[in-house]
Amino acid sequence: MAKSLAQEFTKGLWEEIPPFRLVLGLCPTLAVTKSVENGIGMGVATTFVLVFSNILVSALRKVIPSKVRIAAFIIIIATFVTVVELLMQAFTYPLFLKLGIFIPLIVVNCIVLGRAEAFASKNNIIRSTLDGLGIGIGFTLALGSLGAVREVFGNGTFLGMSVFGPHYEPFTFMVEAPGAFMCLGLMLCIMNLIGKK
Amino acid sequence: MGDYILLAISCILVNNILLAQYLGNCPFLGTSKKMETAVGMAMAVIFVLVMAGVFTWMTNAFILKPFGLEYLRTISFILVIAALVQFVEMFLRKSIPTLYAGLGIFLPLITTNCAVMGVCLININEDYSFLQALVASFSYAAGFGLALILFAGVRERILLARVPTPLQDTSIALVTAGILSLTFFAFKGMV
Repeated sequence: MAKSLAQEFTKGLWEEIPPFRLVLGLCPTLAVTKSVENGIGMGVATTFVLVFSNILVSALRKVIPSKVRIAAFIIIIATFVTVVELLMQAFTYPLFLKLGIFIPLIVVNCIVLGRAEAFASKNNIIRSTLDGLGIGIGFTLALGSLGAVREVFGNGTFLGMSVFGPHYEPFTFMVEAPGAFMCLGLMLCIMNLIGKK
Repeated sequence: MGDYILLAISCILVNNILLAQYLGNCPFLGTSKKMETAVGMAMAVIFVLVMAGVFTWMTNAFILKPFGLEYLRTISFILVIAALVQFVEMFLRKSIPTLYAGLGIFLPLITTNCAVMGVCLININEDYSFLQALVASFSYAAGFGLALILFAGVRERILLARVPTPLQDTSIALVTAGILSLTFFAFKGMV
């Protein structure tokens, strides 16, 4: 039953990697993955919120009455989201503008609340930190790879550098909304193919 | 008047909240397996989103702005929405039990529906007047309902189709959503 600490961390990277294995947090996944940079930026911001809210929820898990726990979790999460919002506004302003309303929307990202409720409210601080870190890094990887696929095909670039040379006709479909849905659907399909035992 | 109609059309079709703005996708995939749940969720979202749009606009205009507290927007909006959902739930249970029976299980889910929070933030970011915010909130919610119900209809048909194993469930749903999104894409440039 009890997993080792290392397993607690690595499960977020493959077994339970969001949003592929846990189909949660789809909105930021679809919206910000127009480029690798945006995807990773969003992933890092979410990881920050995830780790710190997990730590605080876990530390306060015996103090918070179970009837108002969801409200308490939301306030804890909203606090850290505000911190991230102000930090990004101060230090990475261009990225802050690109991600737009999706930074405040980390508050309602089901992954963060889901981990607080399902994991951090039942486990000690060290485990919760590792869990948050693992899931967060998994989410960042997922957003980064989805961003890479969409940026390479939709724009012909990777992190702003040209991949196919100047004669490539960008497949704009990929960076628009329909491409986002289909790309994620097909990646899920590939994950299912690989993950099958 | 014409402006408001244009705003409504742009919010329902052109900038459809689910298919063009990527908001509220978790309930979109979660509640679209059956037509009944899709209709229930669509009604609940219309109900709550209009109220949330109005209340968060007032919070912003009458509390946050005069006191220069805009940096507390995220935290205060989520509190307003959570409290509102709680009140709506209690009010419906007491006074309109039939409606409550229909919407009941969907109401708590709405607190974490990013479509609600997203529209409230869009209203503020676009600097809408009170009436514009009201029209926009209702239209976005109607667009959400429209897309959700259409999608549920399509998904009920997919159940009958033979889908390759790795594509099953969420995967095929996402690809279908992509095609639906492509049809909504045709409205681009209309307004």
